[in-house]
Amino acid sequence: MSIRRIWGTARRILSQLRHDPRTIALMILAPVLLMTILKYVYQNQPIVFQRVAASLLGIFPMLVMFLITSVGTLRERTSGTLERLLILPITKLEFILGYAKAFGIAALIQATIVSSVALGPLGLKIAGSQLMLIVVAILDALLGMAIGIFVSSFAKTEFQAVQFLPAVLFPQLLLSGLLVPRGSMPSILRIISDYLPLTYAVDATQKVVAGQGSVTRDFLILALFLFGLLAAGALTLKRKTK
Amino acid sequence: MPEGVRISDLRIIRDGKTIIPNLTMYIDRGKIVGLLGPSGSGKTTIMRSIVGVQASQSGSITVFGRTAGSKNLRTRIGYFTQSASIYTDLTCLENLRYFARILGQSEISVHEVLELVDLTKNQKQLASSLSGGEKARLALATALLGKPELLILDEPTVGLDPVLRRDLWNLFHKLADQGKTLLISSHVMDEADRCDSLYLLRDGRILAGGTPQELKEQTKTDDMEAVFISLVEKI
Repeated sequence: MSIRRIWGTARRILSQLRHDPRTIALMILAPVLLMTILKYVYQNQPIVFQRVAASLLGIFPMLVMFLITSVGTLRERTSGTLERLLILPITKLEFILGYAKAFGIAALIQATIVSSVALGPLGLKIAGSQLMLIVVAILDALLGMAIGIFVSSFAKTEFQAVQFLPAVLFPQLLLSGLLVPRGSMPSILRIISDYLPLTYAVDATQKVVAGQGSVTRDFLILALFLFGLLAAGALTLKRKTK
Repeated sequence: MPEGVRISDLRIIRDGKTIIPNLTMYIDRGKIVGLLGPSGSGKTTIMRSIVGVQASQSGSITVFGRTAGSKNLRTRIGYFTQSASIYTDLTCLENLRYFARILGQSEISVHEVLELVDLTKNQKQLASSLSGGEKARLALATALLGKPELLILDEPTVGLDPVLRRDLWNLFHKLADQGKTLLISSHVMDEADRCDSLYLLRDGRILAGGTPQELKEQTKTDDMEAVFISLVEKI
C-alpha cells in the first residue's frame, strides 16, 4: 500500500472540489440553512428543537456526503478515468482510500461548521460533551460517504445514483429510532434496525445529548460498517469489463 | 530481439454479438504498427485487450512475454483512449501531476510531456476549457508519462490540425527510434503510410498485414484507400 498514491488521489479530488466553489458553498450552507429553518419552525416548542436538532446534526451532513460521493465516484466510473487509472500501478483499495481521505476531510470541515453553528448561535444545548457531538456528526458524514461510494457501483447513471438516497438512506432513517423509539416498533422492524448502521449513529447522538451511557460500542460498530463498506466498494471496482 | 505483443486466437463476444471471431497478430518491438479499419472494425476492442481491460471468451495475449494485464506491465504501457480520459475539472498541470504521482514520476517529467505535446502555455488552464484537440493532446501527455515501452494509441491524431499531426508523427517516430513500440489505430487511410507495418481490419478480422509498400504491391494500387477497397472486394 502506498501513502503517495492514496494521498495523491485525495489531493486530486480535493483540487477538483476546489475548482467547484458552488458545490463547496452548498455543502456547507445547505445544512446550516436547514438547521436554522428547524430552529424557527420549532420556535414555540424549544424542547422539540433541542431533541430533533441534535439528531439531525449528524443526518444532514450524512445526506450531503452520500450525494456528493455517489455521484462523484459514478462520474469517475463512467468518464473512463477509472479504467484509465486501474491500468496504472494503483490498487483498488488505494483508490477507495484516496476517496475516503478526501471526502473524510470535507466531512470533517462540514460537520465541524454545522455543529458549531447549531451549538453556538442557534442555541442548541446538550447534556453531554459538545466535542463528542461533533465527533458523532463527523462519523455520520463518513458513513454517508462510505455508503455513497458503495452504492454508486450499482448505478449506471447519475439519475439512478440519486435515487439511492430515498431507497437506501430513508428506510434507515425511519428505522433508526429517530422518529419513534426502537423499543416501540414491531419486533421484526426492530431486528432489522439492529443490522443498519444509522441505528448506531442515532443511538450515539441520543446518548451524547442525554449525557449518559457509553458510546464506545456504537463507535466500534460504526467503524466496522465504515471499513466494511469501503472494502466492499473496492471490490466492486473491476479492471476488466465486457 | 525480445518479444513484443503476441495475440493468439483471440475471441470476443459482447452481448451475444461476435466482435472478434478469431484473431492472431504479432507486434514487433521498436516498431510503429498501424491498426487501420473503419469504425466498428474492432480496433478499440483489440487495444483494450492488449492493455488488459477487455474480457475475452478465449485466446491469449502476451506483452513482452507476460500475460496482458499483469501487474508488472502497469508501468510499461501507456494507453491513450479515444474519449480523452482526463479530469475536465482540473488544470492540465493538475491532471499530469496526479498521473505522475500514481506512476511515481517527478515534476520534471510532467513538464517534459507538456512540452512534447505543446501544451506548456496551457498548463494552468482547466481541461474543460481546452479545445477537442488540446484535450486529446493532454490525454496523450498522460500516456507518455514515465516513458512507457509500449504505447497503445487509439486514434491519437483525430481532429488535429495538419501541422500538429505532422509533429506528433515525428514524435512517434522518435519514440520508435528509441526502441519504444507503438500501436496506433486510425480510420484515416492516409496515415497508414507513416507506419512501419500495418494491419487492415474489417468486422474484427484481419484483411491483410504487411508494410505499406508490400500492401500496395500486393493489390497493385498506389494509395491506402484503394488498397483497402481492393482487399474488401476480393473477399
